[in-house]
Amino acid sequence: MNHIIKYPETHPLTWRLDTINKNPIWINEYHKKNGYSALKFMLNNMTPKDVINLVKDSELRGRGGAGFYTGIKWSLMPKKNNIPRYLLCNADEMEPGTYKDRLLLEQLPHQLLEGMIISGFAIEATMAYIFLRGEYISAENNLKKAIIEAENCGYLGRNILGSDFTFKIVLHTGAGRYICGEETALINSLEGKRANPRIKPPFPAIVGLWGKPTCVNNVETLSNIPAIVLNGSNWYKKISLSKDRGTKLMGFSGRVNNPGVWEVPFGISARELLEDYAKGMKKGFRLKAWQPGGAGTDFLTEKNLDVKMDFDSISKVGSRFGTGIAMAVDHTVNIVSLVLNLEKFFSRESCGLCTPCREGLPWIVKILQSFEDGFAQNEDINILEDLCVQLGPGKTVCAHAPGAMEPLQSAIKLFRSEFEQCIRKNSFSNIEMINKKNMFKLNL
Amino acid sequence: MNMMKNKLNDLELKKIEEEKKNYEDNKSISIEALKIVQSSRGWVSDELITEISKILNISESQLEEIATFYSQIYRKPVGYNIIKYCDSVVCYMMGSDNIKCKLENILKIKIGQTTNDNKFTLLPISCLGNCDKAPVIMINNKTYSNIKISYIPILLEKY
Ligand code: SF4
Ligand code: FES
Repeated sequence: MNHIIKYPETHPLTWRLDTINKNPIWINEYHKKNGYSALKFMLNNMTPKDVINLVKDSELRGRGGAGFYTGIKWSLMPKKNNIPRYLLCNADEMEPGTYKDRLLLEQLPHQLLEGMIISGFAIEATMAYIFLRGEYISAENNLKKAIIEAENCGYLGRNILGSDFTFKIVLHTGAGRYICGEETALINSLEGKRANPRIKPPFPAIVGLWGKPTCVNNVETLSNIPAIVLNGSNWYKKISLSKDRGTKLMGFSGRVNNPGVWEVPFGISARELLEDYAKGMKKGFRLKAWQPGGAGTDFLTEKNLDVKMDFDSISKVGSRFGTGIAMAVDHTVNIVSLVLNLEKFFSRESCGLCTPCREGLPWIVKILQSFEDGFAQNEDINILEDLCVQLGPGKTVCAHAPGAMEPLQSAIKLFRSEFEQCIRKNSFSNIEMINKKNMFKLNL
Repeated sequence: MNMMKNKLNDLELKKIEEEKKNYEDNKSISIEALKIVQSSRGWVSDELITEISKILNISESQLEEIATFYSQIYRKPVGYNIIKYCDSVVCYMMGSDNIKCKLENILKIKIGQTTNDNKFTLLPISCLGNCDKAPVIMINNKTYSNIKISYIPILLEKY
């Protein structure tokens, strides 16, 4: 909705955006728009403890998908001032269907840096890394430039603005692999190891990067911090329409008229997002299903469209809020093929550490492929359902496998008949079917 | 000439050296070192793995373990230009399969292969974070969005 006028108080994350030319907001522009005033205010008026308490009060939840309370995460860092300790910015955005951090990284790099400096102060870190995925080239260039600008203004480096706070930010780019976005895998990757997640506990706050206390926060989470420092936690709580506080970047993709990403208060309905912001489904296309927040979230249907977009409400209707970037599936899409695509992704990106995930996902892909090819047998649906349990929560080291099961289990539940339609109904033996399939391939 | 090919050049050595000041130990810069070497040569050969491991003072097998885990480190020769087409869910719905087929037909290669003239290598990639402009492909460092089949021949002409 381009006609919406954005104010700092209503759109704290995006009001500074250059909506016309989409140019990045460099330091001069950022200064003109109140930039780094939160940092200055904090250095003059607050202690690290004050900042943590403020963020706790604001009830800000992590924007990477899991929704853990940021202030609580920060307060898990050990009280004793043992250094070094690290702040890691998770900018490894790779969840299929998610495109929100890219906007903040490319166009508002200083907002992120300011948020990181304040957060670093709060957890008494001396050093931070931004773990950026390798394919985000413009984000890399823009962040590099912004870091130099911030260093030249004395916002980064030794004794920031004359205080005794010293803080350095290093930009680190990845070399592929979705699993790097899992916070402990990200730490392993930064240490130059394979990106296998670590078993928790110990939590990164106690044993993190190089064994030191470490806090990992998402790009959008950190970008929220400056406005909270400037406007306070009461304001932050009030701008949302639900129990989850503040605003959130939400979006809709797929065959909608105006796919995109918008800053909206938590608690607006999915229907509003789809109809008012994304301008509804394209002509000739009907909504069949949707995922509220990324590839690893359960499908919902049109019936759920009036649900509030926030963590609790979405889980009440049987899915997960995730990244809040929704995807519309239209009536022309075959659900079995769609789920096959999703599971191929999860299978390819499994880090291989635990057996259910490493072995189960390729198996699921094979079974789904047999559905698509028309080979599937009756009991295959049961096998899939069983695998959803075997790979479900609590069976693996990280949430990758359970996440992969969410779209599968919900697709079977909601569209069982589409799976059943793929089951072999004729009397061909398997061998005959294989021959038939090969002939078909040759004809192509 | 061959000697040079198997040795790190001064620029690469300097870049790797510069990285050292940002990290606590050498192992942490192994991915970056691989990327530095790959950026000018396209891929990382066995000989270069040995060279990098010497510079970083870590074992070859440790480095190989990293090189084979990360999907964007190439341990085989690739073409001058790398085409990555997004095969994730939104692009899939918006027709990435057709784009893949078109690319395969024009280039006369399959996924993972390199054209005869060494000009292009075709690879799949996970969601490029541009799903509101799907389908999306990336050629080298450039992202192209809202791809239409008819654009593809024109797009490839540029390379
Ligand atoms: S669940 Fe999968 S991705 Fe996560 S640690 Fe286990 S094997 Fe790796
Ligand atoms: S699914 Fe292709 S860019 Fe996101």
